Amino acid sequence: MEHIQRHPARVARAPSRLLDGLQRWLPKLVVAPTFVLVGIGIYGYMLWTGVLSFTSSSFLPVYDFVGFDQYAKLMTNDRWLTASVNLGIFGGLFILSCLLIGVVLAIFLDQKIRQEGAIRTIYLYPMALSMIVTGTVWKWILNPSLGLEKLMHDWGWTSFSFDWLVSSDMAIYTIVMAAVWQASGFVMALFLAGLRGVDSSIIRAARVDGASLPLIYWKIILPSLRPVFFSAVMVLAHIAIKSFDLVMAMTAGGPGYSTDLPAVFMYAHTFTRGQMGLGSASAMLMLGAILALIVPYLYSELREKRHD
Amino acid sequence: MTDVVRTGFRPSRVAIYGVLLLAALVYLIPLFIMLVTSFKTPMDIRTGNLMALPTDWTTIGWTKAWSEACTGVECNGISGYFWNSFKMTVPAVLISTLLGAFNGYVLSKWKFKGSDLFFGMLLFGCFVPFQVVLLPMAATLGQLGLANTTTGLVLVHVIYGVAFTTLFFRNYYVAIPDALIKAARLDGAGFFTIFFRILLPMSTPIFMVSLIWQFTQIWNDFLFGVVFASGDGQPITVALNNLVNTSTGVKEYNVDMAAAMIAALPTLVVYIVAGKYFIRGLTAGSVKG
Repeated sequence: MEHIQRHPARVARAPSRLLDGLQRWLPKLVVAPTFVLVGIGIYGYMLWTGVLSFTSSSFLPVYDFVGFDQYAKLMTNDRWLTASVNLGIFGGLFILSCLLIGVVLAIFLDQKIRQEGAIRTIYLYPMALSMIVTGTVWKWILNPSLGLEKLMHDWGWTSFSFDWLVSSDMAIYTIVMAAVWQASGFVMALFLAGLRGVDSSIIRAARVDGASLPLIYWKIILPSLRPVFFSAVMVLAHIAIKSFDLVMAMTAGGPGYSTDLPAVFMYAHTFTRGQMGLGSASAMLMLGAILALIVPYLYSELREKRHD
Repeated sequence: MTDVVRTGFRPSRVAIYGVLLLAALVYLIPLFIMLVTSFKTPMDIRTGNLMALPTDWTTIGWTKAWSEACTGVECNGISGYFWNSFKMTVPAVLISTLLGAFNGYVLSKWKFKGSDLFFGMLLFGCFVPFQVVLLPMAATLGQLGLANTTTGLVLVHVIYGVAFTTLFFRNYYVAIPDALIKAARLDGAGFFTIFFRILLPMSTPIFMVSLIWQFTQIWNDFLFGVVFASGDGQPITVALNNLVNTSTGVKEYNVDMAAAMIAALPTLVVYIVAGKYFIRGLTAGSVKG
């Protein structure tokens, strides 16, 4: 009793100091679970896959280091080469088509269009669908006998034939079609947002100088949307490199392996063909491709943010 | 830019509307085809064409898809997988959003040494191709006894979704003046008091973005579903793919299309009801593929 009375201040301060300490640690405690989850789930696993790619793991992981053997094997693997070429074709056409369609639709939609909201909603809804759903529908539309072909025959164009889906040379282009249908509305939304941010006084000035509207768009507005352009390419390239669902739903990589993409290759070798080492190596190369795109992008993004 | 565009003359206006409406038609046609095919009989599908309306409307495709269609060896329809997706999506969305909200709060208002680096790591995590984590994750889930379980999938979706939700909340909270927080701290408000009393009441829009974005992403996921789940535990996307790409028996396109509709309906409904939040997530978190 006496002791407490003599030091009343200290008694009151002790728990408050504890609370203070807790307060100081709280922010870190709150982010700690995420830190652990992401640290292991992204960075740790990335490393783990990297390690596996240097082993001869087949059905089960083994840790015998074989150097760059798996990467060398990959470089001479026909199926991997096809997948890489396909990614080039698919990625290139997908990005270009989405950009072209997206920009044109955004500019047209920016002309004080009645019912703009409704039209915009229609352009964007495919983005809310699963790639598997998109693949399922397009597979049906492109069905070599019952789909588009039959429709054209019924409409009187009897010589029309369209069997790209089952042709090993053309099937990859059917994947491009479905992917563009799904993602071009998203590019439109990005550009429309960008257009809405363009300072109208510059354009008014150009008009006063007698420039035509298409010229103004071409010379002034589009160049000012370079950052939007850049993000759109980033995101589209990212979608292309990761593309898996759409191929699985439409062609499952076939006919043969003519529509394989790296993501499909990785899945097949790692989980169904028992070539974990090779699969891991292919995953690391995919990561490499994304890094080559992302690092310069993130660098410039973060620097811009700092100026805010 | 409103006054700039008024000068367009008539023919060009017609052309603009023409192109826009044509494009709208192209975007709508697959949905139209999916819908009409799902209400046709197999006979009707063979004799009619893609764009033709059903000669007699039937819901047999829908009932079959829901409760009888074969996904691989089993023939119980896709209803079970549909509920799997719900059981997986709801907790994963809630947990990842809640974690994201607190992370975003800390990373914007309670910065500590290294917190910017942590945010950078999260941001980078948004871009990592999932192929690079699949194999170790499969091994870990197996070790934890979570392979082929809904809990396992929830965990996976939380881990790979939290980077995005954190990004959403962090960017939203950064715009809220720090002075507000400082004043509250001077008044003696602590970490949680500030969050619940000050930030939370103004967070409805960003919660909507995060919830809807995560719902769409997790519901639509196929890769994690196909790698980490098997048999009865698969989500609807995997079941739909199995149903459509099964090679046995006569192909029933009406059932395929009905199943695709069923798999698409939850996200379509969300998009129609709360599209603006979906779009905001799309453009804000445009890092997610």
